[in-house]
Amino acid sequence: MKLFRSIGRYFRDAGKSVFRNFSLSLASISCITITLIVVALSIILSYNVEKMTEHVSSNTSIVVFLAEEVTDTQIDQVKNNIVKLDNIAEVTFKSRDEWAKETKDKDKTISIVIDSWPEGENHLLDSYEVKVKDINLIDDTASKIEKITNVAYINYGKEYISSVITIFDVIEKVCIGGVVALVLVTAFLIANTIKLAIFSRKTEIEIMRLVGASNMAIKIPFIIEGSFIGFFGSIIPIVLTSYGYNALYKFLDGRLFSSSLGELVKPYPFILYTSGLLLVIGLLVGMFGSYNAVRKYLKI
Amino acid sequence: MDLIRITDVQKTYKTGTVALYDVDLTISKGDFVFVIGASGSGKSTLIKMLYREEKPDKGSIMIGGINVAKLKDRKVYILRRKLGVVFQDFKLLPRLTVYENVAFAMEVFNYDKKKIHHRVMEVLELVGLKNKVRMYPDQLSGGEQQRVVIARAIVNNPKLLICDEPTGNLDPDTSMGIMKVLDDINKMGTTIIMSTHNRDIVNAMKKRVVVLHEGKIVQDYERGKYYEVV
Repeated sequence: MKLFRSIGRYFRDAGKSVFRNFSLSLASISCITITLIVVALSIILSYNVEKMTEHVSSNTSIVVFLAEEVTDTQIDQVKNNIVKLDNIAEVTFKSRDEWAKETKDKDKTISIVIDSWPEGENHLLDSYEVKVKDINLIDDTASKIEKITNVAYINYGKEYISSVITIFDVIEKVCIGGVVALVLVTAFLIANTIKLAIFSRKTEIEIMRLVGASNMAIKIPFIIEGSFIGFFGSIIPIVLTSYGYNALYKFLDGRLFSSSLGELVKPYPFILYTSGLLLVIGLLVGMFGSYNAVRKYLKI
Repeated sequence: MDLIRITDVQKTYKTGTVALYDVDLTISKGDFVFVIGASGSGKSTLIKMLYREEKPDKGSIMIGGINVAKLKDRKVYILRRKLGVVFQDFKLLPRLTVYENVAFAMEVFNYDKKKIHHRVMEVLELVGLKNKVRMYPDQLSGGEQQRVVIARAIVNNPKLLICDEPTGNLDPDTSMGIMKVLDDINKMGTTIIMSTHNRDIVNAMKKRVVVLHEGKIVQDYERGKYYEVV
């Protein structure tokens, strides 16, 4: 009974303190809000960039065209040699007849050309579509495949891929670097704001100690108060993330560029996870900030 | 029966100042003791050691069976639950009412609301502030604020009340009013140890007087007067 009473009192006191020290609470809440907005932006940006990189990786393949006069055994041999290499995720065979059909379906002019070939003739080449595990190593893998016997030539849009990867890499690095710096600065700001808020309550802590409150009994209400501050601080970032991202997704019709490459992460359940993460970060920052600050005044 | 037994206590601050030297003192249950001496004589250090705000370098301080000198920081609350402390600068929480300031000391013990209300009203009546429960500290006079502090200090029925120059900021009439309250509390069985500079109070009260000079107890009168000892 006494335990429930004390837990109830800790929560009541913590709630009261947030409002009694409203201006300082507001300063701490604002700091947490700013940090969490930065964190939310970084999560949204990096998650989308990651998705785009993944998209490039999973949709990029090396098309390996085989020599014109290859036997079925040689076709299998080429496949075996490709599979032996590192960085190979998937190898799919596409015969010259499939190429002909696919090409005819896509382009009417080419269709006419192909139809003009004598019956049983096909001037296209058999091929393998090779998907790689790590897109960053695609150049190396491609050059190894090119050297395999009976490989006529390969095609994988080398320049396009490397430029896209470089851009994404730069965006991700800038994003992470900037966010780490901003988060560090704001974390420092939060720590000081909470310290300032608690410094103004030095007398309160001193009196609590004088009347016989144990260190734990002093710390707990402050930690709970910190979690309240963290909770209030995370409301605006959560609302902004939820409504903002949803609105952005709808406005851009789910994609950043016209191609499928720029497809954005779907709002659900992404914003739910992000909101949960923001809430947890807010609570932890508030609790640890308060705990650290109050600890200083408990030393005799 | 002894409530406080101080044996061979010594304290030197980091600056090299010797605050207390070879202090031996015994205070019985129910005593009212004045600690007097010039500024820098060590009376504040002695008082602070009693509620373990300061730690002696050497010697032992036994209060109600607790060796204060060896008490770990995280266990200090055990000692403080047995005593009440009254300061010259009040140390009241400005955002709390008179009632809340006094109840604050009881809430630490997790008593139920009914018990807290009953006891807080009882002590506020004892110090003569029953009609000012809803007021805030800055709406009270200095003497009234000190009465709130005394009420807070005795609300948990401590065996010992430590008063560090409680009348230092008050005019003579108000000071005598405060002493009357303290005397009443003492008569109810609470041991009181009080440091002061106030000659009139010491002379009027005719209680035990311990005189400190340069960190040593130089005189200890059973029913002392200020002019006899300083």
